[in-house]
Amino acid sequence: MNTKEALLKYILRYADNNFILGQRLSEWCGHGPILEEDIALANIGLDKLGLASALYKYAAEVDGKGHDEDHYAFMRHEREFMNQLMVEQPNGDYAVTMVRELFNDVFDYYFLQELQKSKDSILAALATKSLKEVTYQLRHCSEWVIRFGDGTEESHARAQAAVQELWRFTGEYFEMNEVDETMLKEGIGVNLASLKDKYYKHVAEVLSQATLTVPLNEFMQTGSRKGVHTEHLGYILAEAQYMQRTYPGAKW
Amino acid sequence: MVPTKEEIYKLLDQIPDPEIPVISVVELGVVRDVQIHGENVLVKITPTYSGCPAMHRMELDIKHSLAHYGIKNFCVETVYEPAWTTDWLSTEAREKLRQYGIAPPEKSSTNKGLLLFGGPKHIACPRCKSKHTEMVSEFGSTACKALYKCLDCQEPFDYFKCI
Repeated sequence: MNTKEALLKYILRYADNNFILGQRLSEWCGHGPILEEDIALANIGLDKLGLASALYKYAAEVDGKGHDEDHYAFMRHEREFMNQLMVEQPNGDYAVTMVRELFNDVFDYYFLQELQKSKDSILAALATKSLKEVTYQLRHCSEWVIRFGDGTEESHARAQAAVQELWRFTGEYFEMNEVDETMLKEGIGVNLASLKDKYYKHVAEVLSQATLTVPLNEFMQTGSRKGVHTEHLGYILAEAQYMQRTYPGAKW
Repeated sequence: MVPTKEEIYKLLDQIPDPEIPVISVVELGVVRDVQIHGENVLVKITPTYSGCPAMHRMELDIKHSLAHYGIKNFCVETVYEPAWTTDWLSTEAREKLRQYGIAPPEKSSTNKGLLLFGGPKHIACPRCKSKHTEMVSEFGSTACKALYKCLDCQEPFDYFKCI
């Protein structure tokens, strides 16, 4: 794999993560449990989408085929999406959404700190910018997970169920393939394996504060690096891509 | 006509932020640089927040304004480095925000990091100036603002977040 191919895939993977999670969070718009949370998730979703858009724009430049950023979001097929399985999981109740956010944002928090040092100046700049945002996003979901876990019997049970349900999607964040190896060699990418300990330590600290139990099962679901997804991604894309699929090139 | 850099800055300083119309896109720190190359004008802008929905509007407003001024060749480019910070808001801009009813960001954007349950305290109410206030939500009416409530005059107000 040459550097250009690897760079394109590297950018698209992180863009896809943010695009799909932004789409998921936006599903709460108008359905939030309280008005402030409705607004919070729309805000967070917008920041994820904004980052995805900047990354897709950069991907278009690297790809050099004359596409705009929308092409990568709206005209690629399910198997071409490289987002982690975590971010495509359904919103469930608010505990599920917050635990999913926690599991994703702890990764982002450490990943972006490293990506800031990338030799690729665009990725480094986007990482610095997004890290500011991820920091308060992580604060937001950590506080909710602690409230739920250390709350009532009902909220504790739901938060624990969410942790059990989503735990198996955490392992995938640290999988490294040829794309990662190439990017690491070029000084562009991040050594994901080296983030693993920090990640699980951080997650365990929040869960412990929340009086929640860290699951013991070590089985980790995998697939997204090869574009193999859970059943949920297809439905997300069906909704997100509907307009461009039905009226290709539509503008307003 | 070849405009000067100062002229362009003056022109852009007339363009209000679409969501906080009391300050201009220059005062907000969104306009990062103006370059004149022969007859070409290049304006560099940077987003406040990655997801700021007003960015497209600001870009459009800048283009309209340049065209209206009679400049034929111009380009508006988005840059991400250095990342936008509330430190760029001048003292004057902060006062304008306060008078408009938005509590301006605290002077320095020192990162509060991951300290949980510790939103900025003692933010002065822009109406009654009391510091007896509390945060209602870290997410307000726009990405750049948090929602606060004054415990003395009981009015809710927006606080321009420090980043």
